[in-house]
Amino acid sequence: MFELLGIPPQALFGQLLLGLINGSFYALLSLGLAVIFGLLNIINFSHGAQYMMGAFVAWMGLTYLGIPYWGALVIVPLAVGATGVLIERLMISRLYHLDHLYGLFLTFGLALIIQGLFRNSFGVSGLPYSIPPQLSGGQNLGFMFLPNYRAWVVLASLIVCFGTWFAIERTRLGAYLRAATENPTLVGAFGINVPRMITLTYGFGVALAAFAGVLAAPIYSVNPNMGADLIIVVFAVVVIGGMGSILGAILTGFGLGIVEGLTKVFYPEASSVAIFVIMAIVLLFKPAGLFGRTA
Amino acid sequence: MSVSTETAYSSAADAMPVGTPRHHIIIFTGLLVLLLIAPFVLYPVFIMKILCFALFASALNLLLGFGGLLSFGHAAFFGSASYVAAHAAKVWGLTPEVAILLGTLAAAFLGLIIGALAIRRQGIYFAMVTLAFAQMVFFLALQAPFTGGEDGIQAVPRGNLFGLLSLADDRTLYFVVLLIVFGGLLAIYRIIHSPFGQVLKAIRDNEARSISLGYKVNRYKLAVFVMSAALAGMAGATKALVFQLASLTDVYWSMSGEVVLMTLLGGMGTIFGPLVGAAVIVTMQNYFASFGAWVTILQGAIFVVSVLLFREGIVGVLARWLKKPL
Repeated sequence: MFELLGIPPQALFGQLLLGLINGSFYALLSLGLAVIFGLLNIINFSHGAQYMMGAFVAWMGLTYLGIPYWGALVIVPLAVGATGVLIERLMISRLYHLDHLYGLFLTFGLALIIQGLFRNSFGVSGLPYSIPPQLSGGQNLGFMFLPNYRAWVVLASLIVCFGTWFAIERTRLGAYLRAATENPTLVGAFGINVPRMITLTYGFGVALAAFAGVLAAPIYSVNPNMGADLIIVVFAVVVIGGMGSILGAILTGFGLGIVEGLTKVFYPEASSVAIFVIMAIVLLFKPAGLFGRTA
Repeated sequence: MSVSTETAYSSAADAMPVGTPRHHIIIFTGLLVLLLIAPFVLYPVFIMKILCFALFASALNLLLGFGGLLSFGHAAFFGSASYVAAHAAKVWGLTPEVAILLGTLAAAFLGLIIGALAIRRQGIYFAMVTLAFAQMVFFLALQAPFTGGEDGIQAVPRGNLFGLLSLADDRTLYFVVLLIVFGGLLAIYRIIHSPFGQVLKAIRDNEARSISLGYKVNRYKLAVFVMSAALAGMAGATKALVFQLASLTDVYWSMSGEVVLMTLLGGMGTIFGPLVGAAVIVTMQNYFASFGAWVTILQGAIFVVSVLLFREGIVGVLARWLKKPL
């Protein structure tokens, strides 16, 4: 049995895989935050709660309506995204002329309400959601055992992340979006309905969070607090990457997940604070973030 | 923070005539008289809780309402001071005043480190950076050997003030807490109305212009951050002695959210707003304590309603009606 730096390869690759999985969620969530921030100029504090909603709605769909995992993967983001559209129309749209702080306060309040409601109805102990039969089992790669579902999570996250990147950076619709980020008034003057675009963008960001929630349901237990702590780590990811670039958000998300996984191998005590320490270092040497534009 | 956006910082508080306005003296005196009578009418521990949170919220308001900097991680200072004071009183057996002083110093030192890093980013990023560092402090508190993990530090002795006066009696302790909190509030009032405070408001309202006027903006920001952290720490250390407990709740992000809510509800950038906000929220928590998650839902709802309909806060609205800075 060969060893790398005194670490057995099973442990090393196992933690690397866990890191990649965490990174998949960091990437999906920070991508959603970046897309929303780009156009709406608010930080969506309820992003974690909406991720949790994704997992819960998938669980409810399966338990009450018999909607299987693959259906949930499509329906749940649409449903939760629709609640996002409603929230944007009814509340967030009233705050655009105000300081960014108020968007943060509002979405924080919404997160508290959503988490509280789910805690009231389902308690804090997790609910089980089983892995779809097509993805149970795993592959023995020789140096490690790779569960199929975990491979799927990384793959699905990569596909959605790069799909989003492509849509925003390489299509006409994305060009409108980027233009509206720079100068909404001018884009409106060209006859494009900017307010509707803003609404749909928020809905899309929320749908991304819900998609991440459905992906997470079979590996993490479905509970009302699952998004609350995660979102703070994602904020740190966003500070490290800077929200100026879509690709930057994706790369930072995956990268930090892997770094966190490696910390678990080499210095487990520090793994929960590793990302925050990296944030401190980035703030010292590159305050605008790795991919950020100085604003 | 861009210049064009509108804020609800009470502008009335800025147009201050020279000297302390008479109605402020009247309010402070009236408040003091009320608080001196209060422990004989109400449960002292309950009022002490309100007092500690009033100081905590006022400390945040110094930073948010007058410095224009939103810290979403003030629980880090409140909580770490509470741990240090509890450890000093219980394990080192120090007298309460020394324990509170050590807690305050620890919070100030932590504020210096976090503040120096956080002021490198503006606006929304500042809020996220402070929140993230506070979460780091939470994880450290969870793992550190002297914090007692999930149990916290329990049965902290209240001790004897200056080694002489026993604080075991709630009412005796009450007057000490009142002295500390009132001292803190007056200090904040003094800071706001000093030349330093005027520069702070200038930076809040127009950072670029303050820079061009030659002010070293970052030094002012860091100074007010450290002051705010120290005062928040003083509140946390005092709270640890009142409840004889330092726990993870004090360093958790929900605590940071609560104190922001108190400030927002009472009125950001007002002098008496955080006091009112703290009293309302603590009272609400007391009455709804048995309803579980409904407290969280109600707090969320207050956030939403405050932001959509009530941005000036309770005292902000009062100040507008009375046409007087409060």
